[in-house]
Amino acid sequence: MIRAALALLGRDLRLAWREGGAIGTALGFYFAVIVLTPLGLGPDLNLLSRIAPGILWVALLLAGLLSADRIFHNDYEDGSLDLLTLGPLPLELVAGIKSLAHWITTGIPLTLLAPVLGLLLNLPIESSGFLVLSLLAGTPAVSFVAAIGAGLTLGLRRSGVLMALMILPLYVPALIFGVATVSASITGPASPWAPLMILCGISLASLVLSPIAAAAALRAALR
Amino acid sequence: MARAKSLRARNLSCRRGGRLIFEKLSFALKSGEALLLTGPNGVGKTTLLRGLAGLLPLEHGEIALSPATDQPLYEQLHYVGHLNGIKTSLSVAENLQFWCEYYGGPPLNEERLETVLARFGLDPIAQLPGALLSAGQKRKLALLRLAVAPRPLWLLDEPSVSLDRASTRHLRDMIAEHLEEGGMAVVTSHIPMSLAFAHRLDLGKRRAS
Repeated sequence: MIRAALALLGRDLRLAWREGGAIGTALGFYFAVIVLTPLGLGPDLNLLSRIAPGILWVALLLAGLLSADRIFHNDYEDGSLDLLTLGPLPLELVAGIKSLAHWITTGIPLTLLAPVLGLLLNLPIESSGFLVLSLLAGTPAVSFVAAIGAGLTLGLRRSGVLMALMILPLYVPALIFGVATVSASITGPASPWAPLMILCGISLASLVLSPIAAAAALRAALR
Repeated sequence: MARAKSLRARNLSCRRGGRLIFEKLSFALKSGEALLLTGPNGVGKTTLLRGLAGLLPLEHGEIALSPATDQPLYEQLHYVGHLNGIKTSLSVAENLQFWCEYYGGPPLNEERLETVLARFGLDPIAQLPGALLSAGQKRKLALLRLAVAPRPLWLLDEPSVSLDRASTRHLRDMIAEHLEEGGMAVVTSHIPMSLAFAHRLDLGKRRAS
C-alpha cells in the first residue's frame, strides 16, 4: 500500500514537472497580479505595506485555484481514474495523495515566490519570515480544499469558474487567519503566533476532512 | 498466481438513467475458463463489465470470488475499457512501471520489462513518450498492464480494438496463457478471437426473450 502511494505521488510530481504548464501559469499569474497592484494604487508606500498581507494572500488563493481543476481532470479524461480505483488504495487516499502532489507543485513554489513579491508591496522585510510561515501553514488547506471542488466539477466544461465559486467561500477562514498572522507581525501588538496556530489547525483539519469529501465527489462523478 | 478458484455472479441487475439494462443475470466461471459477452451495441456489455469491476453500482445481485480472501474483489481483477489510461508525457516504460508498482506487481527490472514489452513488440519504443504512440500501440500498452501485475480475473471490453491481426493473435495467446495459469476472463468482442470460450452469454438474445 505504501509502495502504491509512493508510486502515485512520484507519478503526479513527475507529470507536473514534465507538463510544467500548471506550475508556470500559477507563478506567472501570482507575479502579474502583485506587479499590477502598486501600479493601480499609486506609490503610497504606507498604504501598500498596510494592504500587502491581504493582497499577497488573496492573489495566492486565486493562483492556487488556477491549476486546481487539473488535480483529477487529466486522470478522469484518459481513464486512469477508473484504474486507480482498482488499486490497493482507498479513493480517499488517492484524493489525498493527489492533493499533496498539487501542494508540492503549486503551494510550495508560490510560497517561495511570495517574499520576493512582498518587496514590491513594501512589506517590511522583518515580516517576510511570518509571511512564508503563514503561507506554508495555509497552502495545504488551499490544495486539499481545492480537491473537493475538483472532484465536484469533474467532467464539466468550464469547470474552473464554477469551482472558484464553490471553493473560494471555503477559503475564508484560512484567509482571515493567514492575513492576521502577517498583519500582527507588522503592526503588533498581538502576537502573530496565535493566528498562525489556528491556521495550522485549519490546515490539519482540511488534510483529514477534504480527502473524504473529495472521494465522495469522485465516486459520484465516476458513476 | 491466481488463487481464486471460481467466480460466481448471481441475480445481477442494473438500471441506468431509469432504464433497466439487464436483470436477473447469473453466470459462473471456474478457474481457467473464459466468458464471451456478445450482443449488439447498447445492449449493456460495457455496463456489465463496469458493474463487475465495481465502477458502476449494480441495483441487485452479488459477485463473489471463491475461496474468499481478505482482498476485495476490485483488487483481484484487471479492467481494460475503452480508455487506455496512458499518460502522454510519460514514456512507455514509465507508464508500465507505474501500474506495476501501483497494482503491487513483482518488481519490474530491466530484464522483465523487456520480456513484457517484447510480447507485443513494444521493446524498441520503450523510451518513447505516450503522446507519440499510435492508437494500436496505446492499446497494446494498456493490455501489457495485465502482464505486469498478475490478478486472477480479467475484464476486457473490446480488447482487440485498433489492434492489427498479428497483435490480435498475441492478445489471444496472452489470454490463453492467463487461463492456463488458472485465471479467468470475461471478454466482450465483435471480432472472432478463435479462443476456446467455455461460456458464451448473448445479452441481445437475452433481452429479446
